[in-house]
Amino acid sequence: MTDTQPPAAAPEPAAPEEQRPKAPADESFGQRFMRELTSGSILVTILSVVLALFIGAILIAASDPEVQDRARYFLSRPGDTFSAAWDSVSSAYSALFTGSIIDIDEYTVGRALRPLAETATNAAPLIAAGLGVALAFRAGLFNIGAEGQIILGAILAGYVGFGLHLPTGLHLIVGVLAGIVGGAVWGGIVGLLKARTGAHEVIVTIMLNYVARFLIAYLLTTAAFQRPGASNPVSPIVDESAQLTRFFDDSRLHLGFVLVILAAFGVWWLLERSTLGFEFRAVGANPNAARTAGMSVSRTYIWVMLLAGGLAGLAGVMQVLGTERYLTAGISAGIGFDAITVALLGRASPWGTVAAGLLFGALRAGGVPMQAGTGTPIDIILVIQSLIVLFIAAPPLVRAIFRVPVRSAGQPVAGLQRGWGA
Amino acid sequence: MSAPTVQAPPPAAVAPEELALRPSWKTPIAFAVLALVALVAFGILGESGQTSTFGISTGSDAWQIDPLALSSQPVALGLSLVCVVIAAYSAWLVRESQAVPVWLTVLFAIAFVLAFLVWAVAGEQISFTSLLQGALALSVPLVFGALSGVLCERAGVINIAIEGQLLAGAFLSAVVATLTGNLYVGLIAAIVAGLMVAFVLAVFAITYIVNQIIVGVVLNVLVIGVTNFLYGQLLAPEAATWNSPGTLPRVEIPLLNEIPVIGPVLFEQTIVVYAMYVTVILVHIALFRTRWGLRVRAVGEHPKAADTLGIRVNSVRFRNVLLGGAVAGLGGAFFTLGNVGAFSREMSAGQGFIALAAMIFGRWSPLGALGAALLFGFANNLQSVLGIIGTPIPSEFMLMLPYILTIFAVAGLVGRVRAPAADGEPYVKS
Repeated sequence: MTDTQPPAAAPEPAAPEEQRPKAPADESFGQRFMRELTSGSILVTILSVVLALFIGAILIAASDPEVQDRARYFLSRPGDTFSAAWDSVSSAYSALFTGSIIDIDEYTVGRALRPLAETATNAAPLIAAGLGVALAFRAGLFNIGAEGQIILGAILAGYVGFGLHLPTGLHLIVGVLAGIVGGAVWGGIVGLLKARTGAHEVIVTIMLNYVARFLIAYLLTTAAFQRPGASNPVSPIVDESAQLTRFFDDSRLHLGFVLVILAAFGVWWLLERSTLGFEFRAVGANPNAARTAGMSVSRTYIWVMLLAGGLAGLAGVMQVLGTERYLTAGISAGIGFDAITVALLGRASPWGTVAAGLLFGALRAGGVPMQAGTGTPIDIILVIQSLIVLFIAAPPLVRAIFRVPVRSAGQPVAGLQRGWGA
Repeated sequence: MSAPTVQAPPPAAVAPEELALRPSWKTPIAFAVLALVALVAFGILGESGQTSTFGISTGSDAWQIDPLALSSQPVALGLSLVCVVIAAYSAWLVRESQAVPVWLTVLFAIAFVLAFLVWAVAGEQISFTSLLQGALALSVPLVFGALSGVLCERAGVINIAIEGQLLAGAFLSAVVATLTGNLYVGLIAAIVAGLMVAFVLAVFAITYIVNQIIVGVVLNVLVIGVTNFLYGQLLAPEAATWNSPGTLPRVEIPLLNEIPVIGPVLFEQTIVVYAMYVTVILVHIALFRTRWGLRVRAVGEHPKAADTLGIRVNSVRFRNVLLGGAVAGLGGAFFTLGNVGAFSREMSAGQGFIALAAMIFGRWSPLGALGAALLFGFANNLQSVLGIIGTPIPSEFMLMLPYILTIFAVAGLVGRVRAPAADGEPYVKS
């Protein structure tokens, strides 16, 4: 028995390699899409979303008081329970859909597509901050500090927006740059401390989040920041010349979305085409090997945290100059924490982060009308988001549930294979 | 499975600078900066002619001590000079290539905090005992959370889900205690809640070899989502049936509770706090004095060697993650049953992350984690007490203080902490 086992087991690991369809050179885009869809991670992703929505549905149905009432006589009339559960789930999910993708009950195309624009509006800062977290991941750093970096970016961009009065054009550019610098400084502190003293970035970013939160609370009580005549802590509205232009009259979608796509392209170029990005990835894969190869690990930590902070600062810019147009203590709106899940879902790659940001943006956009329309608490979004990431992270589990044969290996998140790191 | 079972790179070799035995100048520099701050801000610029009064005794003490009235500026000046002397002594030690001992750091911290207190309380009166009582109360969830982290990470599994475990414990203990009408059943429910979160963490991190940081972060979001959702659907609309557990009674330990200051602080507490004392001691002894602890640490440092000796690496890890979850769940009960008496949205409020910081700050040891958690609790309570009597600086800056001091401490005093060597690395038998 023991002698025959090794030969029997040995071919197994090699099997996926052989089964994976070879990519023909002349296949069309559609063929390639279908191949990736049926053979690998796209299928797992879709199944993960389905599974997460299904568990969310169970939670919605189980906590609905009407369903609970019907369930009391479940054994005599089970159909009642199921129809009530179906009503409760379908109304919540259709509200989620009409709030985030398309509202077919509207009369004009523009108004019908407004939810899609709202999705993009919500996605833009999520993608920007997610890119910051993803970039740090690639260098092996765990940046929990996007929240604080967003706040600092928003403070500086907002102050330029309502405090300085510059000519049109210049005002917006200065505002955007100020926000990026604000985030970069807040991230750079982390990189500098990590490089010079070895202070652990997880601790420092958590602490800087709190410091940023109290800093903005304090600033909004000062004369320079508080709106004249307002009793609650809000800043003046930023000048028109500093606002990110909105594309449509009846939608909040603004120029920031274009900026964020450019930022994603920039991060892709940095990571895949530039020397600095190569050093990031090398340090992320193995800092000791990178050091032996002559790279400065300290310099890499400082650079990556400056850039990561700058990207999160850009998210703050979008919040204050695009979506909200004034500062409040809650300007970061938990984007910094969602950004971590966005980056993880996007497997720390720039375009993956864009896709994940759009998905989370859609859930954020649809959650508000869902809560208003059906009374289902918006927190179900958090449940669905976290379940999606959890399932996508464990392809074997999803394959086992749906009995999908193993054809290709999922890729682990780059730069995150190690633990607490050096 | 050919899924992400990629073998992690071998444990990182010790970085060259860690091998160097020369003590670094970071500690003296950090001391000098802080001592200078104390000397200038609390001593020289302090208001002259004021007194700071500290109440020591409470009514129930066996022997009474009069409130301590100190002349603010001279005392603060004296204490900050002590800081300066310690900074100079540590600089001399480093010049002589000797390490700065831990007791010196503790002494410095005490002198600095006292100088700050005397300065901040100038012209006012505070009760020293209630200051410490509040500090202990704020530390309890941190201690439990940090111990959970120690238990998991000593076995090589990163536990970022402490926040989720605390929150789940708080939620389920409140709900179960209300439904059954028994607070002690609620405590058991808190442990079960922590276990459930830990079980998911263990299944994904150990069985499915998903990156442990990912699972931890996502579990936090999941627990926040589920508890918020159920709070909105059930607990908030019908608080009487779901969310009115009440609080655990305070148990006084006879004789011990009559010691001035220490008695009322340590021995007039709820059962959760006593459980905390026991847990800290148990975890410390179990980790460093028993065969079980040796195995756990072996698994966390060098799983392959442990495996070679016949220790089942992944089942040790699985058990430790569950144990950690149970400990953190119990800590979560302190939010509801030990303190407030009802669950509210996201009531753990980032304490799990502070506990994580306390664990790292305490260098992955139970007693270190206890010390760090008490420090955070003290700083947190200090700012709320001083917020009431009013201080010369805006309250927001007072609120920032514990976090800024933590950054200082982590950068200047702790420096390159070393996690268990195999922390966060899945073990796949080859």
